[in-house]
Amino acid sequence: MNTITETAQAEGAVVASARGNGDNVLLSVQDLRVWFELRRFGFGHAGYVRAVDGVNFDLHYSETIAIVGESGCGKSSLMKTILALHRPTKGDIFFEGQSLNALRGSEMQKYRSQVGYVQQDPYGALAPFMSIQKILEEPQIINGIKNKAERDDRLRRAMEEVKMSPVDDFLPKFPHMLSGGQQQRVVIARAMLLDPKLIVADEPVSMLDASVRVEILKLLRGLQEAHDLAVIYITHDLSTVRYFSERVFVMYAGKIVENSPINDLIRNPCHPYTDALLAATSDPDANNATRFRDVPPGEPPSLVKPPAGCRFHPRCARRIEGLCEVEEPPYFEPELNHFAACWLYR
Amino acid sequence: MSTPPLLHIENLKLYFRTGKGMVRAVDDVHFDLEANHAVVVLGESGCGKTSLAKAILRLLPRNVDTYSGEVYLNGVDVMAFNDEEYRRQVRWRKMSMVPQAAMNALNPVLKVGDQVAEPSIIHSAMRKEEALEQASKMFQHVGVPQDFLHRYAFELSGGMRQRVAIAMALVTWPDLIVLDEPTSALDVLTQANIFNVLKELKGELGLSFILITHDIATSSELADSVAVMYAGQIVETGDAHRFFAEPLHPYSRKLMDSVPRLRGTQEPDFIVGQPPSLINPPTGCRFAARCPQCFSRCVEDPPTIAENGRTVKCWLHVA
Repeated sequence: MNTITETAQAEGAVVASARGNGDNVLLSVQDLRVWFELRRFGFGHAGYVRAVDGVNFDLHYSETIAIVGESGCGKSSLMKTILALHRPTKGDIFFEGQSLNALRGSEMQKYRSQVGYVQQDPYGALAPFMSIQKILEEPQIINGIKNKAERDDRLRRAMEEVKMSPVDDFLPKFPHMLSGGQQQRVVIARAMLLDPKLIVADEPVSMLDASVRVEILKLLRGLQEAHDLAVIYITHDLSTVRYFSERVFVMYAGKIVENSPINDLIRNPCHPYTDALLAATSDPDANNATRFRDVPPGEPPSLVKPPAGCRFHPRCARRIEGLCEVEEPPYFEPELNHFAACWLYR
Repeated sequence: MSTPPLLHIENLKLYFRTGKGMVRAVDDVHFDLEANHAVVVLGESGCGKTSLAKAILRLLPRNVDTYSGEVYLNGVDVMAFNDEEYRRQVRWRKMSMVPQAAMNALNPVLKVGDQVAEPSIIHSAMRKEEALEQASKMFQHVGVPQDFLHRYAFELSGGMRQRVAIAMALVTWPDLIVLDEPTSALDVLTQANIFNVLKELKGELGLSFILITHDIATSSELADSVAVMYAGQIVETGDAHRFFAEPLHPYSRKLMDSVPRLRGTQEPDFIVGQPPSLINPPTGCRFAARCPQCFSRCVEDPPTIAENGRTVKCWLHVA
């Protein structure tokens, strides 16, 4: 572990100073790197998978942000590190000014009780052998709510909040007896049980039917407003982001390449990768059938040996020879509050 | 009509026996498909769209109770064929299928080139070398580099594997390909890529497609016409331009409203309630319980009304 940290330290461009608890900042991610070691034949060192490589952002109280990226861009590793399921290789995450690296034992349990997690696949996230009652009771027992009546009261309130009523009909059921939308509601109820301050939703609607997606997104949005929750919404589908979050971070090959309010991003995408994502997203329109879409050639790079300079440059049609493949772009601010890591805006 | 449509389906029924009763997965389906056209079958999960694909290709499980209706391919009544004739003369030769999640079903211990060659050996009685040549030709059509012929499935990305699955369906030069949710597990850019490939194939090889999906936005990438399925029945058909501009059936309208759009400001809406069970579907209109425009006549089964080349199964459109 030590050697990884040192390597990461040496390669880290910016060493972020611990900013502590700024104004209104709930969660602060500072120069986060999550690398996984690759081993040859189980022991020899064979490099690192740089899943998250230098991510910085602040999340304020009751703010919703979206992290958008393709599979393999590191968004799940980022999410799992925020949930404290992976340890950062380098960098740190501060929750209300408290470093996650420093949390141990009961402090960690307290942190986890303040962060709710909505999984991607609701059926996989619910134990098939437990009734809904049990599924919603267990986290409360683990977190020390000893009074049975209080547990019951909390789980009923949570079920009503996700509009699973009449509650008594659903409590004795098992997950397989519910539809996909209902299962996802139970997952959301479980995330809400312990009155969290932050909800991390990992593609909460990608496994659901089109007609149910909007319903679940609206439900999450309603809960966010009613409880002043901060939400991190992780997705690959830009069209749902608009209805959900104020700010969007576009991730590519372990880095955040663009960061802006959602409407500015759709109106004026600055990074060529964001541009490609938007161009590839279709709205229902019969004319689509007769046009070909512009898709950047190639595939996302390997995170073991990412390209030097800008990681998108091998696929980019607007790359500047002699610059993009040499030096990594810093963040430029082409318009107010809209940041892009791209040399086009130098 | 001088030339018959490529595919003509009438009264197609596919019922399954289960422990709880009979599941009417495909219940009296009609539709036509012209040559070099693509029809999209839209519907929620559990509405019977995959069963419809299986019924067309006669890929039936063991618990089939009823399988009846008329399927004409190029004017030939293929329902009259017995299973062996059907296998030899129709499946792969005339129509083939890319099943759901086919990209994850490639054989992990065979090179993908050998897998793509296999249908030609079995169905077109080719020698191995000829079949491999065919496979390499198909790889060109779907945009997979030639050296991938000698790779294994795990060495390919999701998008490449999906292209291989499409190449496999193409390799016997069928007229019609049934695609079951071909891009639902793929990333946005990969999805756009696959649809570009399908559009090219349609233009170059004159193929026809039946595309089965619940994703309305991406379905418009390929659709010449649309068939909306609800609870085992087709409730609306029509050409894509008019459908996407103005759907007729209340269910189609609700479905269109539920699509989150990237451009435009329209707030999406959702459909209250759940589709009915196919074991005991409600009598009368099957959408009535969720329909905002339900009225007294909806207790009876609505007729299918044809107007200006579109059909709609709804009492609202009965003059």
